[in-house]
Amino acid sequence: MKERPIRVLIAKPGLDGHDRGAKVLARALRDAGMEVIYTGLRQTPEQIVGTGIQEDVDVIGLSILSGAHTHLFPRVMELLRERGANDILVIGGGIIPEDDIPALKKEGIAEIFTPGTTTQAVIDYIKENVRQG
Amino acid sequence: MFAKEQVDSIREKKRKWEETTLKKVLDRFPERSQEFGTLSDLPVERVYTPADVADLGYERDLGMPGEYPYTRGIQPTMYRGRFWTMRQYAGFGTAEESNKRYKYLLEQGQTGLSVAFDLPTQIGLDSDHSLAEGEVGKVGVAIDSLEDMETLFAGIPLDKVSTSMTINAPAAVLLAMYIAVAEKQGVAPGKLAGTIQNDILKEYVARGTYIFPPQPSMRLITDTFAYCSTNLPNWNTISISGYHIREAGCTAVQEVAFTLADGIAYVDAAVKAGLDIDKFAPRLSFFFNAHMDLLEEVAKFRAARRLWARIMKERFGAKNPKSFMLRFHTQTAGCALTAQQPDNNVVRVTLQALAAVLGGTQSLHTNSRDEALALPSEDSVRIALRTQQIIAHESGVANTVDPLAGSYYVENLTAHIEKKAMEYIEKIDALGGAVKAIEQGFIQREIQESAYEYQKSVESGKRIVVGVNKYQLEAEEAPKDLLKVDPAVGRYQKEKLSRLRATRDPGAVELALKRLKETAQSDANLLPPIIEAAKVYATLGEICGVLREVFGEYETSVIF
Repeated sequence: MKERPIRVLIAKPGLDGHDRGAKVLARALRDAGMEVIYTGLRQTPEQIVGTGIQEDVDVIGLSILSGAHTHLFPRVMELLRERGANDILVIGGGIIPEDDIPALKKEGIAEIFTPGTTTQAVIDYIKENVRQG
Repeated sequence: MFAKEQVDSIREKKRKWEETTLKKVLDRFPERSQEFGTLSDLPVERVYTPADVADLGYERDLGMPGEYPYTRGIQPTMYRGRFWTMRQYAGFGTAEESNKRYKYLLEQGQTGLSVAFDLPTQIGLDSDHSLAEGEVGKVGVAIDSLEDMETLFAGIPLDKVSTSMTINAPAAVLLAMYIAVAEKQGVAPGKLAGTIQNDILKEYVARGTYIFPPQPSMRLITDTFAYCSTNLPNWNTISISGYHIREAGCTAVQEVAFTLADGIAYVDAAVKAGLDIDKFAPRLSFFFNAHMDLLEEVAKFRAARRLWARIMKERFGAKNPKSFMLRFHTQTAGCALTAQQPDNNVVRVTLQALAAVLGGTQSLHTNSRDEALALPSEDSVRIALRTQQIIAHESGVANTVDPLAGSYYVENLTAHIEKKAMEYIEKIDALGGAVKAIEQGFIQREIQESAYEYQKSVESGKRIVVGVNKYQLEAEEAPKDLLKVDPAVGRYQKEKLSRLRATRDPGAVELALKRLKETAQSDANLLPPIIEAAKVYATLGEICGVLREVFGEYETSVIF
């Protein structure tokens, strides 16, 4: 049986409008053979988790540059746990200070990618770490 | 600019040189690359000669500074008269904290204020709205009502400073609050100088802080033009911005093209609303990016200035020379900053700032070295400001007007960028103008294509970014002293709001909001009722809420 492609949701939580990185990454993941859905701007954690579950994704990538990650990322993780969907691999990227990363990982964000990361590094990470059923 | 015989002779000389002197060297030492290009992938020749500017007419295409077509600058003396305005974009946390930062910057010799608002403010939500959770005070200052605005400018005489506000969808509301603060200081609106960004079109394509659909948004903008042309003659009613479009990944040519296409759309809308072009056009201002390719950027600024003058004169038939002048603010490219070896960013910013000055900017923000990591610390902001002061006082480049004019390369590139940008504008015209081109996703797709190509060129190593894909350090120490916004600011703003709601005159607020709603449903100018509402302490969220009710909200289509 042919393996189904990895499905990824790229999401912009909060009010931040910077989505160059999110779009470039979405495109790179698609070119790497993944199925990619991009939420567009201004998504609440509830909307992101809802879309992720409905679209049966393997990965959620959260992109944020506004500094609201400390509030919004944990909220996404909490909702995923509540809905029993914590098998979804969640990664994050954006302007995220080094100091904030340990706490985010403790919440269950698998990896945080900071400025300068190549799209290839994210592709490799997803391929190595996605839990496919 | 040269006689035909002279150009022919130079062409012949160059041909001979290529066969002899050049060939000998190339045979032994091949060049670094088969092809050279600018940061935006425009072709760059080995050497430029008068033959490459043979079509250029000095009087037609360059002219004297302060005269049409303004290629050389909008003032006759440029920085020999006075330097550009040094204007650092700042704001975070509460109005109290931001007020302190502004006073610090003014003490350090900054000459104008530039206010950064937090995201809830930028999209017209009060700090106690559920969507504002976690965002209050993060990327700028939180302003919920006139009360916050009074605090923000406390002790800063508004008739002595010029203030630029990066606010778009609710620009009219923040301007109304500013007018109200000035009134309390005893400063008449006619004395106020400054800028509101007020450029909604680039929000739809690049920056994301839209609220209403395009049509009512355009009305808010033209209402602001009309109101200010009688009441605030020294106010820049819009800052038509290429900055964010460039940050989103477009090229230098696209930055000029999309910005001026947006400009054309605003002028069209205002003319259609019955305004006299020579009354409002002199208060249009622009905002560009200064990116890494120094000479391409200089050419870009010059090309934009010339092209806008031609558009205003030839396309719109403006008569007032002030309508022809493209006055612009510049910010150095945030997207060029690296998180790796952040001190290197000081050097990047210096080059970018130099490009802006050589390109004839009217005001400049230099980014701080730590902005790929967090909001800038006070030390980093000071270095960024000092960078401008060193260029102004020590480098010598400000002592003569448009010093790179006449460079065969810069003039050739200026003409090339103008031509390519005009081709884009014609394409956008064919789609029905910028608003239609945005609704169809044309501009968004063009930007994304360029952004993706750029990323691929960095990842393939075709393009070198020092410290990122070459000359990396084995282990980098995490930078210290990053600015942290106090998380208590959200709670503080909420408490302040609930106190305000309990102490203001509820009847006056209700009446003002009712009048605003009636005006929104009519064709009358929206500014007077917005100002009335601001004065009785209606909140930003309440005022925008009324407008949302009448105008609806913009729904974006997702394109990637």
